[in-house]
Amino acid sequence: MTPLLEMRSITKTFPGVKALDAVNLSVAEGEIHALVGENGAGKSTLMKVLSGVYPAGSYDGEIHYDGHLASFGGIKDSESVGIIIIHQELALVPLLSIAENLFLGNECARNGVVNWRETFQRTEGLLRKVGLAETPSTLVDSLGVGKQQLVEIAKALSKDVRLLILDEPTAALSESDSQALLDLLLELKAHGVTSIIISHKLNEVRRIADSVTVIRDGAVISTMDARTEDITEDRIVRDMVGRDMAHRYPARQRRAGEPLMEVRNWNVWHPEHSDRQVIRNANLTVRAGEVVGIAGLMGSGRTELAMSIFGRSYGRNISGEVLMRGKPVDVSTVDRAIGAGLAYVTEDRKSLGLILDETIERNITLANLPAVSGRGVISEARETQVAEKYREAMNIRTPSVFQKVVNLSGGNQQKVVLSKWLFAGPDVLILDEPTRGIDVGAKFEIYNIINELSAEGKGVIMISSEMPEMLGMCDRIYVMNEGALVGEMPAEEASQERIMSLIVRV
Amino acid sequence: METAQAAEGHTGKANGIGAYLAKHLREYGLLFALIAIMAFFQIVTDGTLLRPVNITNLFLQNSYIIIMALGMLVVIVSGNIDLSVGSVMGFIGALAAVMIVELDLPVYMTIPACLIVGMGIGAAQGYFVAYWKIPSFIVTLAGMLVFRGLSLWLLEGQSVGPFPKSFQLLSTGFIPDIFGIGRPNGTALAAGLVAVALIIWLGVRDRTHNRRYGMELEPPAFFFVRNVIVAGALLFIAYKLSTFRGLPNVLISMVLLTVIYAFVTENTTLGRRIYALGGNEKAAKLSGIKTERLTFLAFINMGMLAALAGLIFAARLNTATPKAGFAVELDVIAAVFIGGASMSGGVGKIVGAVVGAFIMGVMNNGMSIMGIGIDYQQVIKGLVLLAAVFFDVYNKQKQG
Repeated sequence: MTPLLEMRSITKTFPGVKALDAVNLSVAEGEIHALVGENGAGKSTLMKVLSGVYPAGSYDGEIHYDGHLASFGGIKDSESVGIIIIHQELALVPLLSIAENLFLGNECARNGVVNWRETFQRTEGLLRKVGLAETPSTLVDSLGVGKQQLVEIAKALSKDVRLLILDEPTAALSESDSQALLDLLLELKAHGVTSIIISHKLNEVRRIADSVTVIRDGAVISTMDARTEDITEDRIVRDMVGRDMAHRYPARQRRAGEPLMEVRNWNVWHPEHSDRQVIRNANLTVRAGEVVGIAGLMGSGRTELAMSIFGRSYGRNISGEVLMRGKPVDVSTVDRAIGAGLAYVTEDRKSLGLILDETIERNITLANLPAVSGRGVISEARETQVAEKYREAMNIRTPSVFQKVVNLSGGNQQKVVLSKWLFAGPDVLILDEPTRGIDVGAKFEIYNIINELSAEGKGVIMISSEMPEMLGMCDRIYVMNEGALVGEMPAEEASQERIMSLIVRV
Repeated sequence: METAQAAEGHTGKANGIGAYLAKHLREYGLLFALIAIMAFFQIVTDGTLLRPVNITNLFLQNSYIIIMALGMLVVIVSGNIDLSVGSVMGFIGALAAVMIVELDLPVYMTIPACLIVGMGIGAAQGYFVAYWKIPSFIVTLAGMLVFRGLSLWLLEGQSVGPFPKSFQLLSTGFIPDIFGIGRPNGTALAAGLVAVALIIWLGVRDRTHNRRYGMELEPPAFFFVRNVIVAGALLFIAYKLSTFRGLPNVLISMVLLTVIYAFVTENTTLGRRIYALGGNEKAAKLSGIKTERLTFLAFINMGMLAALAGLIFAARLNTATPKAGFAVELDVIAAVFIGGASMSGGVGKIVGAVVGAFIMGVMNNGMSIMGIGIDYQQVIKGLVLLAAVFFDVYNKQKQG
């Protein structure tokens, strides 16, 4: 069979990072091709290159599509030849109807006047094809995620799709919705539609994929053909994670003491979809001086767990108990959680962690203003002293603490957020992706800070999508999947394979 | 990347005066704009603008706008807006008139009662904004209609007045001359001197603090010139007032309130938290700040100040009319934006809002003296507002 798509030696560089390194990908006409790899391995980047989000010229290498050399300047170009990408975050307008969404930007219209009859007729036809029993005038808002996913596929079909790309289509779906979606993909395949599916769920990959490509650190590790060989999940997992563990982590002394914080029977429901349980009966313990990791894929509920504990900043109908040094504490608002000795360093420092237009100084003192003020009046002198102290201790590189944080690099911004929370004097710090988006040097500094904190007897919970970082930094690791803590292991017994297999086999 | 930014910071310092001016253009610009506008009208009105009686009038005419601008700045910094202040102001004036004139209630009871009603109105609107997350634009638009209607209802469409002397003093009273000189008024002169001394003392104190902690220092020449201008203007005004009837009561309340609000917004944890709330509500909330309560308080405060403004306005006119406060919210909001506050919240200063209010006030007054029709006045005020905000945005883009 001639390949419908051939990507040859694709290299894509971002400032300082080689996201894709000479990647080759060949997809035969009429097959379902699975693309697997860890978070950040380069799968999404590769698909963005293919769909023209990164236009021709911004990468090296060639894309051959349907026998021609293709150079897409944007999504419009790739869509015009039938390449449709469906992203993880669905791109539907919630308060428009299914029909309006299907033909958004592509309306059945003459001279700008919409022909609603034709719109509705064609919508009905498309909905039948994807097996969705809804009327075209139904608002997308009222559909569940699974049905919304089908609407996305119907939208792709309306554009005469030849190559359908799905980025983790089943990540947010229930079991039965996932099955329905996979069946639909097989049916589309029977009608000649070629698909590339990005997925972490290896059982699904095994079920529908004709071939599998594993990407790691921006390079293709292996390509397997299910029609000629037996693809085992073990083999995929090994290829996904099998990198050597360099000495990228400072050595740390293990000295776990008394239990500092315990979370018992923690349950959380989704803030908007009240029937969706986001956290299921989570139990965890952090000891003094211990660094505890929570491993899991994006969307597994790690951030939701952390934020729901920290002053109910996420979710509703939260139930469960938090104990500090054996005594139940009230963590129902953020300031009570801070008072109980908790701090949460967010994964999204720009929108949740910092006030970008304020100075370093004012960001650092924000969570503990009373400590720099007397009777509600802020002492500028004390405030500046505190800021200077942290600038030195954390090695924040800036001409002065009166600099606005928006002008700092990612690593230095992260140090400002950490300073803010250290100044709040917590016993337990929850660090959510503490090294995301910062360079290697700054990462190492942050690892050192984490080690110093645990040496002082503080408890640290670290959430990270980088498994080597987890293995290099943590004393004990919990594995989270679909809102539940599905495993727990001491670091010396942990391996990427073991963690990954706990996640993918559930 | 880090070193590049560090270097940038240093060159900013090295360029000295030019760079400093570029960075703080806005603050100086506002002051110079006020001076330029005053000079302009002084000339085109043949010196009428700065006659003692007119300066006194300027304060009396604009006091209620300035008082509401203080509250509006807080509301806007917190990331909201209050469109209802004009109506609330009119409603409270009407309420006071009904209580005093029709129900014969004593003034000492009416004033606190009206302030409390104002706070209640602020609380009601703030409740929906803070706890139900209804956009303040909508809630206060509703409030604007409701209280406009309620004042019409209270006054039954009629003007109610006059007020007793003791109530009028709120606005038209003057501080007696404690030195017994009479004219020029000794109290006014002394107050001017004290104010100048205070401003210079505070300025020097700030400077020493900034030097000690290596903060960016205003170039000495700037510091000197700015203080000379401010001191000169204050003494000039104090002198002019002293040759008329001295210090109006309302000027004292205005200055006191301005100082209090400037202090609270700039030096207290409460003020800092309001700026944080407006700068990034989610980050503020995750830092343990009770964002809902702060929003609620900002509206209660606004309600109280709108009530105070309503009392002062009614006292000045010596009557409550159904038209009182009509479209005043727009002047107040314009003053705050001219003063450099940002629509998205988190940015703005009390002093800026007050200067902004004076700019509007001087323009109103000057154009009226010149006999410019209300039609052109509106056009010119609108353009000034647009120009001021454009200047902000343009500057920010050039820097960014």
